[in-house]
Amino acid sequence: MTQITKGDVAKLAQLARLNLSEDEVEQYAKEIATIFHYIDKLQSVDTEGLEPTYQVTGLHSVTRPDEVAGDGALQPDLLNNAPDTENNLFKVKRMVG
Amino acid sequence: MSAWLPIDEIATKVNAGDLSAVDLVDLALGHIADKKQYNAVISTMADRAKSRARLIDERIKNGETMGKLAGVPFIAKDNFLTFGGETTAASNILRGFEAPYQATAIEKLEAEGAICVAKANLDAFAHGGSTENSDFGTTLNPVDPSRVPGGSSGGSAASVALDIVPFALGSDTGGSCREPASFSGCVGYKPTYGIISRYGVVAMASSTDVVGLLTRNIYETGYLLNILAGKDVHDSTSIDRQESYLVTSNSSEKKVKVGLVREFMGEGVDSSVKESILRAVEKLKNDGIDVVEVSIPSIDLALACYYIIVPAEISSNLSRYDGQRYGFSADGTTTLEESYKSSRGIGFNSENKRRIMIGTYVLSSGYYDAYYKKAAKLRTKLINEFNEAFKSVDYLIGPTAPSTAPKIGEKSDDPLKMYLLDIMTVPVNLVGVPAVSIPCGFAEQMPVGLQIIGQSSHDKELLEYANKCEGVLK
Repeated sequence: MTQITKGDVAKLAQLARLNLSEDEVEQYAKEIATIFHYIDKLQSVDTEGLEPTYQVTGLHSVTRPDEVAGDGALQPDLLNNAPDTENNLFKVKRMVG
Repeated sequence: MSAWLPIDEIATKVNAGDLSAVDLVDLALGHIADKKQYNAVISTMADRAKSRARLIDERIKNGETMGKLAGVPFIAKDNFLTFGGETTAASNILRGFEAPYQATAIEKLEAEGAICVAKANLDAFAHGGSTENSDFGTTLNPVDPSRVPGGSSGGSAASVALDIVPFALGSDTGGSCREPASFSGCVGYKPTYGIISRYGVVAMASSTDVVGLLTRNIYETGYLLNILAGKDVHDSTSIDRQESYLVTSNSSEKKVKVGLVREFMGEGVDSSVKESILRAVEKLKNDGIDVVEVSIPSIDLALACYYIIVPAEISSNLSRYDGQRYGFSADGTTTLEESYKSSRGIGFNSENKRRIMIGTYVLSSGYYDAYYKKAAKLRTKLINEFNEAFKSVDYLIGPTAPSTAPKIGEKSDDPLKMYLLDIMTVPVNLVGVPAVSIPCGFAEQMPVGLQIIGQSSHDKELLEYANKCEGVLK
C-alpha cells in the first residue's frame, strides 16, 4: 500500500503552489492514502504490449494559418477582470524575495 | 405534464407571433423565483435575457424569422462562459468573474433564438457527483429535497426536472450529465467526444470533457444536438458531425442487439436498482428487442484509471488560476510566489485541492510511469474491450449509477465513497463513446436511470434507439 506522509503532502502542495493549513495536511495525508490504496489495484494488471491512450479523437497536430486572429478588442474586458493593472498590463508582486 | 410546450413548437409559435419571447422569459424567471429553495441556480441573467427577448419579439413583428429555438429559455451550467452576468464554475476562486467572450455552445443556441436566463449550480469546477462540493451551497433533489440531485451538473438536471426551463446545458467529464439525470429524473446525454465544441467551457479534464444536455425527452436531445454539433476553429479537438441528429419516430426499424453489461450488475449495485433495470430489460425484450449479456472485464479497473488520468489533467488545467489575471487574489502577500500559493490555497475548496494534489503526485517524476502512463495503457485495454463488445452487439446497457440519489451528507465526508458513484459512467468518458441516461422507473420512490451506450460518432443511431426505448419504458 502506498504510504503518503504529511511530508509528502507538504511537498505536493509546494509543487502545486497551494498553501495548506496543518489540519489540511493531516486530513489529505489520510484521504490520499485511502484513494491510492484503491488506485493501486491497477499495478497488478498486465499492460505489456499496449500503447498508452492520451486522447480519443485520432487527430494529430491540428494547425491554423499563422495569422493574427481578431483585432484585440477583447483587451479591456480581459484587463477588467485582473486584480491589478498598469499601462494595460497585468501587475504582479515582486518575483524575487 | 410539463409546463412547457415541446421546444420546436415554442419556436414555431414565437416565429408566428402567437407566443412572445418576453412572456417566456418572464415565465422562466418566475419559475426560478418559485423554486428558489432548491438552489438549482447560482445567478440569473434577467436584464440580458429580457432585452434579447424584446429584440426577438420586435424583429418577428417586423417580419423576420428568428430560428429553430426562437424565444426558448434555457439554463447553462455555470462553467459555460456567458455574457450578462458572472461565470463562477461554482468556485470562490472565480467569484465576480465576467467572461470576455461566450462559449461556442451558447453562441450556437443564441444564433437560433434561444435565451439563456440563468446559470446552474454545480460541484465547483465540476469536481463531484452531488453538488455538495459547490461553494454556493448544495442543490436539493427535485423528488426528495433531503437528497442530492447528483452532479456535477446537478443544478442543470434539477432545473429540467423541476420544469423551470425546458432544457439545460451541462458538461460530462465522468458522468456529470447522466448521473444527475438518473438521480433527478430527466434525460442526460453525453455525446461522442469532440462533436460539440468545448470552447468557452471551464476546462476540467481535457481528454474526457464534453458538453452535454439535460432534457425532458430524447427527441429534444436530438433537436438540440443538431444545432450544437460541429467542428469549431476555436477547439482543435472538435471533430466532424453526422449530417443530422433529428430523431424521427420511424427511423429505428433496424433489428438491433443489445448487451446488458455484466460488470454493471455486480456487487456494489443496490438490489433495488438492479431490479428496476431488470424490469426495464424485460419490457424491452417483450417489445422484441434482443438482449444478451456481455462482459467488459476492465470496467472494474476503469474507476481507478479515471482517478489517475482525470486528476492529472485537472492539476494541469487548474494551474491557470493563479490570482494574477482574473479571479480571487489573496491580500497581504509580498511576493508573486506567496500570492500564487495564498490565492490558490484560499480560493480552491477541499475537493479541488485534493484532486490537484493527486494529479500532481501521479505526474511527478518517479511516479509518472507507474501511475499516469500505466493508466493510459489501461485506457487502451478498455477501448479494445469496448470495440470487441461492439462486434457482437449494437448498444450496451446497464444502470447509470449504482444507487438512487443519496441523502445530503451521506457520502460527502468520504471522497472514495463519493467517487464510487461514478463507476458506471466513467468508462464511457475514457473510451469517448456517446451514452444517454433515460428514466426507467423508480426504486423506493426515487428515480432510476437506464444508461444506453453507443458507438463512437454514431450519436444519431444511439438517440434513435434511445427514443424507441423511451417509448417502450413509458
